[in-house]
Amino acid sequence: MPILALAWKSLLNRRFTAALTVLSIALSVTLLIGVERLRTEARTSFANTISGTDLIVGARSGPVQLLLYAVFHIGDATNNISWESYQAIATQPKVAWSVPISLGDSHRGFRVVGTTPDYFVHYHYARDRGLEFAQGHAFADLYDAVLGAEVADSLGYRLGDSIVLAHGADDVSFTRHEDKPFRIAGILRRSGTPVDRSVHVSLQAIEAMHVDWHGGAPIRGLSIAPEQARAMNLRPKAITAALVGLKSKVATFQVQRVVNDYRNEPLTAILPGVALSQLWSLIGIAENALLIVSVFVVVVGLFGMLTALLTSLNERRREMAILRSVGARPAHVFALVMGEATVLTLLGVVVGLALLYGLLLIGQPLIESRYGLFIAVGAPSAHEGLLLGAVLLAGFLVGSIPSYRAYRLSLADGLSLRV
Amino acid sequence: MVIDIQDMVFRWDAGGPAVLALDALAIATGERIFIQGPSGSGKSSLLSLLAGVTTPQQGKVEVLGKRLDRLGSIERDHFRAHHIGYIFQMFNLIPYLSMVENVALPCRFSLRRRDKALVRSATLEEEAVRLLQHLDMAHPGLLHRPVTALSVGQQQRVAAARALMGSPEILIADEPTSSLDADRRESFIRLLFDECRQAQSTLVFVSHDAALEPLFDRSVNLARINRALAKAEWREDT
Repeated sequence: MPILALAWKSLLNRRFTAALTVLSIALSVTLLIGVERLRTEARTSFANTISGTDLIVGARSGPVQLLLYAVFHIGDATNNISWESYQAIATQPKVAWSVPISLGDSHRGFRVVGTTPDYFVHYHYARDRGLEFAQGHAFADLYDAVLGAEVADSLGYRLGDSIVLAHGADDVSFTRHEDKPFRIAGILRRSGTPVDRSVHVSLQAIEAMHVDWHGGAPIRGLSIAPEQARAMNLRPKAITAALVGLKSKVATFQVQRVVNDYRNEPLTAILPGVALSQLWSLIGIAENALLIVSVFVVVVGLFGMLTALLTSLNERRREMAILRSVGARPAHVFALVMGEATVLTLLGVVVGLALLYGLLLIGQPLIESRYGLFIAVGAPSAHEGLLLGAVLLAGFLVGSIPSYRAYRLSLADGLSLRV
Repeated sequence: MVIDIQDMVFRWDAGGPAVLALDALAIATGERIFIQGPSGSGKSSLLSLLAGVTTPQQGKVEVLGKRLDRLGSIERDHFRAHHIGYIFQMFNLIPYLSMVENVALPCRFSLRRRDKALVRSATLEEEAVRLLQHLDMAHPGLLHRPVTALSVGQQQRVAAARALMGSPEILIADEPTSSLDADRRESFIRLLFDECRQAQSTLVFVSHDAALEPLFDRSVNLARINRALAKAEWREDT
């Protein structure tokens, strides 16, 4: 213990360089734990992109592909599901609810999702959070549209504005549905899910837009006015995918088999959670790279301490000889330098954590509103604790280098004063 | 005898030349002995041996009845902590400790000296101040000054107080006055004598300055009794 008191006083004596060393360790710890927390939250948020949905049904394809187009609206469906097949699945006795999704149109780079008002009721994310309307309401009229938060933000739309949808994912002028403009009836609150980047209209609206179209292009010479379209039969012939909720989760695999074995049409049903984790394992490489980089930053921080301690040793050989003269063993000299390294690392970790929590408290509302990513400001997780332990251990190992050198020096110098 | 050296040969390296070879050197309890010799006469080797930092390759080094040459390095470190006060030529003080902390430092490493100090005073701080007072260093203006702000002479007196802390049996002073001017030299030595008498410590005082010799009970010229030097000269002659 007395040696630790000496180590502390010695550090105080060199408080400027000591503070710099602590700061460099602290910043690296902030980065390491910050990256770890962001990465965990991003993964959880990703895994929670869609919840409460037991199965996603689409045309036969791979689970990741189906997930990509049905939930993330990336890429296109290989095929559609006929309305009859969808009805056959939706009326299964174990199915509690189902929401059809029809993709294919877009608005200035944002995908248009044709669906039913049930979508806003049943689409859940982050375990149990539902979609909320920031303004307005779900579509009531045929030509009503509901915007995701990011669509409204980035295009500067407000309730009541009129928008024109385009055919296909590309926004090319000659494939616009200019004859049938939509009115913005609702804007959703930000959720951090692909919903933010979608324009929602009713399934009937999708049909209405395409009544005078055929094979991806307007039928020449045929033009049906919006008001005329209202009177037509707007029952969809096909949809792209469907979200399905079951009465009991126990039936999940059973219903999945029914869908996969459906005779009239080749279909696929996937469990969103499983597909999400498959997808994450593909894109998770980037987050690992991020963690590795921050681990190296910690190593650099500790090397700063190594340099500071090693350079101080030569000017401290006199101090070592004095300590030896009053009865200190070389082991005490080792413990003195080791004590300093330990104090520096410990302080670095504590200051780093304090910095991180400060930043989190300030940044949390910003990150949530901007990216829809909620970062909990809680106690360090077990994994973070492990990382912190590893930093301390690494500090110990790095500290043992100058400590051993001091030990050797004091053994060689004995009581001779080298100035 | 406090110190008894017989037929001792010491080399810094096992295969290297002998730097110190003494047939016999005995120092009695309470004696104030002046060890004189030019640089290279083996002074620092002798002090290292007496302080138990090194051991001889041959012969006996007995201090306070203990054969230092037969003790392990940890035991010798303990022995030094318990029984020896050491004063360097200069730069004696740990810069980041206060004057009182510097004086009390030996008690951090030796319970024995701590206990002895606490017999005299209630606390270590009190005992440190008491010793500093004896050495005329306990002015309120001085006590709280950082040790790096002290003059060389003041630093040496603080070093003496530290060496005396906990009344060790032996005080070793390695050219403690060489950085002082002539009139301060004598007063410092007289202070040291007084304190050694009170603590009943034996004083081993090393210096190349023959002018100090008359102040001491006895003087030993290391250049004359170190046979390693004679041999070296003899080798040069042939």
